[in-house]
Amino acid sequence: MCETCGCEGEHAVVHRVADGEHVHVYPDGRVVSHRHDHVPGAGHAHTHGHDEHAHAHPAHGHAEHGVGGVRESVQVQVLARNSALAERNRSSLRAQRVAAVNLMSSPGAGKTTLLARTLPDLKRLGPVAVIEGDQATALDAHRVAQTGVPVVQINTGKGCHLEADMVFAALQQLAPAPSTLLIIENVGNLVCPALFDLGEGKKVVLLSVTEGDDKPEKYPNMFAAADLVVLTKLDLLPHVDFDVARARRAVAQLNPKAEWLEVSAKSGAGVPALLAWLESQRASALSAAL
Amino acid sequence: MHELSITQNIVTIACEQAGSRRVRAVRVRIGRLTGIDVRAVKFCYDLCAQGTLAEGSRLEVEEIAGRGRCSHCQREVALELPLCVCPCERSAMLERTAGDELLVTELEVDDV
Repeated sequence: MCETCGCEGEHAVVHRVADGEHVHVYPDGRVVSHRHDHVPGAGHAHTHGHDEHAHAHPAHGHAEHGVGGVRESVQVQVLARNSALAERNRSSLRAQRVAAVNLMSSPGAGKTTLLARTLPDLKRLGPVAVIEGDQATALDAHRVAQTGVPVVQINTGKGCHLEADMVFAALQQLAPAPSTLLIIENVGNLVCPALFDLGEGKKVVLLSVTEGDDKPEKYPNMFAAADLVVLTKLDLLPHVDFDVARARRAVAQLNPKAEWLEVSAKSGAGVPALLAWLESQRASALSAAL
Repeated sequence: MHELSITQNIVTIACEQAGSRRVRAVRVRIGRLTGIDVRAVKFCYDLCAQGTLAEGSRLEVEEIAGRGRCSHCQREVALELPLCVCPCERSAMLERTAGDELLVTELEVDDV
């Protein structure tokens, strides 16, 4: 549900904090946008627009007659629609030379805290923008907005992960400037977001020391998909039984190509290396051939 | 519960492919390394199909076991998890040969 306009239904809502524009992204591909002033009890004016959506239409295969029906062979990837939309996001980001990072972790691993810690520094180095994903509330977007970085909040409602159509709608609202470093903070969840391409350049997975060193083994798909794994809350390491070597070994077995960094947003330890990694993404986006 | 989203996609694909014909059965191939819980897909299928051309249709799931080939010892090994390390321990680059499938492979539709 959209907490601002109160509309019900199983769909995602993208909310631009700056001016209250709302975009509703429905599972069938419809995208409806409207803007309203919030005057409690006085009702509000709407303007609606519609957007086209992409379909995958692979060729039909041969037909075979069975009992009472026709069996037809088809070969359609279940995630074809999401993949097509993700590719559309990727090519428009590439054309704008925007470096996009999909930031994922369990809830509470410190995604937003790490953003709040790094955004002021990143902002000094060049344009930065954030897309926040949560089931409900714009709490994270407000936290990011305090750093002065442009942000839109996606509320997925019942959804447990971001999908490419939601990010597409968010990009329309955010309109990141050329050479922006775009950080997409996914819904806190170590399972579902691993499967959905958003059109990002790199996937970054956070693992906090308070979660336990067995998480890469228990949630293998997420760590298998990561380009970079960041161990967070390093300042708490002396207080918890977290075996860093075990976690690293598990990640290496799932994903030998994944890079590894260790940070503490609280003490600032390891933050310069993370900033350098993020800046290198911006540099690659700028130097990439169109 | 990304299975809800996956299942909605399966129903949408089946209905698109069926045109205006009623869908009687949908066959999907799901690899065991995709991280998709087949029971959850089956659980939400009827609900997702409600009110569509696939309402009341049968979902057939073909599960594919995970396999990978070692670039060092050339052996093909069974994989329960999306691991990249071969039991020979010489190669950290096991090439995935099966288990990542996620597609609609066959439909049974009304013969009109």
